[in-house]
Amino acid sequence: MTDIADKHSTNSAAAPDAEPAERRQMPRWAITFSSVVGLLVLWEIFGRDVNPVFGSYPSAIAVAFWELLVSGQLWSALLESLQPFLAGYLLAIVVGVPVGLVIGRFRVAEAGLGIYVTAGYAMPLVALVPLLILWLGLGFKVKVAVVFLMSLFPICINTWLGVTAVPKTLIEVGKSFVAPDLVILRRIILPATLPYIMAGIRLAVGRAVVAMVIAEFFTTISGLGAVIINSANNFDTATMFVPIFILMLMAVGLNSLIGFIEHKVAPWQAEIAGRDRE
Amino acid sequence: MGEVTFHDVSKRFSMRVDGGLHHVQAMDRVSFKVADGEVVALIGPSGCGKTTALRVAMGLDPANGGRVTVDGREVHGCGHDRGMVFQHAELLPWLSAKQNVMFGLEMKGMRGAELRDTAEKYLELVGLSDSQNRRPHQLSGGMRQRVGIARALAIDPKVLLMDEPFGALDAQTRESLQAELLGIHARTGKTILFVTHDLDEAVLIADRIVVMKNGRVHDIMTVPLKRPRPDLGIVRGTTEFAETRYKVWRELHDDATTVH
Repeated sequence: MTDIADKHSTNSAAAPDAEPAERRQMPRWAITFSSVVGLLVLWEIFGRDVNPVFGSYPSAIAVAFWELLVSGQLWSALLESLQPFLAGYLLAIVVGVPVGLVIGRFRVAEAGLGIYVTAGYAMPLVALVPLLILWLGLGFKVKVAVVFLMSLFPICINTWLGVTAVPKTLIEVGKSFVAPDLVILRRIILPATLPYIMAGIRLAVGRAVVAMVIAEFFTTISGLGAVIINSANNFDTATMFVPIFILMLMAVGLNSLIGFIEHKVAPWQAEIAGRDRE
Repeated sequence: MGEVTFHDVSKRFSMRVDGGLHHVQAMDRVSFKVADGEVVALIGPSGCGKTTALRVAMGLDPANGGRVTVDGREVHGCGHDRGMVFQHAELLPWLSAKQNVMFGLEMKGMRGAELRDTAEKYLELVGLSDSQNRRPHQLSGGMRQRVGIARALAIDPKVLLMDEPFGALDAQTRESLQAELLGIHARTGKTILFVTHDLDEAVLIADRIVVMKNGRVHDIMTVPLKRPRPDLGIVRGTTEFAETRYKVWRELHDDATTVH
């Protein structure tokens, strides 16, 4: 600000084309990029001193990644993991959102079903895996069930929370125009709850990825989980890191994809909230 | 036709304060009448029951005693014979101005080209033809309330119910909307019942003023100003305006024990 004031006092009429002495800010992506590169360099330098059984370093992991990619092993493992992941996750959205809406909207449903959703969200669902194996075996079905159960509750509980946060006056708008209950639910409560639903879906991504790996460890060893287990058993630590990175990238990528979808389906939300930050 | 009558309407609210149940008598045997095409203002200190009266008339809150009738038919819940304008417009933020107006019409069962044409017609009536595709957050406060008025008018109700419609706006916007409301009333002849805490607004717009205190009708006054009132600046300069304004002010301040 002082720069501008000085400029005005010294040459008020001349040089309108002169650039104002504004401090250049580093773009956000550049900050993130330098942070990641810096960490990788440090890891590369110090990782080489560690026994390759106990640790690895970026260049060795990159070589292992190339080998897995060329052999086709990585693709087949990824596809094998993605199928139960997507099935369970999408099923959780399809079931969780309507259940959350109903629990949030109707007193009886909240009193009757709310407790199970709260319990399901709070309890460590991993404890149910042995029981699920007894019921569903070791194959595709049990993996879907584990992913479904672990992503269902954050979606459901967020939707429920979102419904209770809908301003009463918006519902009264519906009532005053004589909208039936179901229309109020679909055309007022659902869109008003959308930001909460998207937040729940986003939270669920992390849990669904965890669930997928757990399922691959504890049921039939398969997919990316199998690559981790097998390479660990062979003391091939560099190869073990490859699926770990893939999983990380997958979770981060899905997260931003959902953020993008959120912006597409609820563009008014950003207008209301104002996302500017220092 | 559009005649609203309050017959001995009472409304009690219960609330829990520190574990004890407290009852608040928001309306106590309130009776008054709004004639067809008339504009009536409900005024009074906060907590006097004026907003409750409007909500009962809309059917958003049920009365505990008495009844409200519109053209002789008792009010049970909301109906298309009454159009509500909310204090903060309360537009649906994910819909454009036009879609917000269309929402009310769709609830009335209107579809297709008629739906779009009617919505456009009423947005034009409130002077928003150019902004019909903007969402509420891309509109100013005054424009939002215009959409709120268009949405209520579009369903062609017998009565327009307005809950402090201009209370949240700045003075200048408020004045232009007041003038516009008078214009709309002159053109449509709708019965209007509106709640306000603004003395000037009550006198400028209404034919009669119902002063409420502690849940009761304290007084009903006739505004001796002629219609139409195309220039509110001139109206403000008349002695009738000053006298009526003073009379209402006295009514509102005539006992020191008034609860605020």
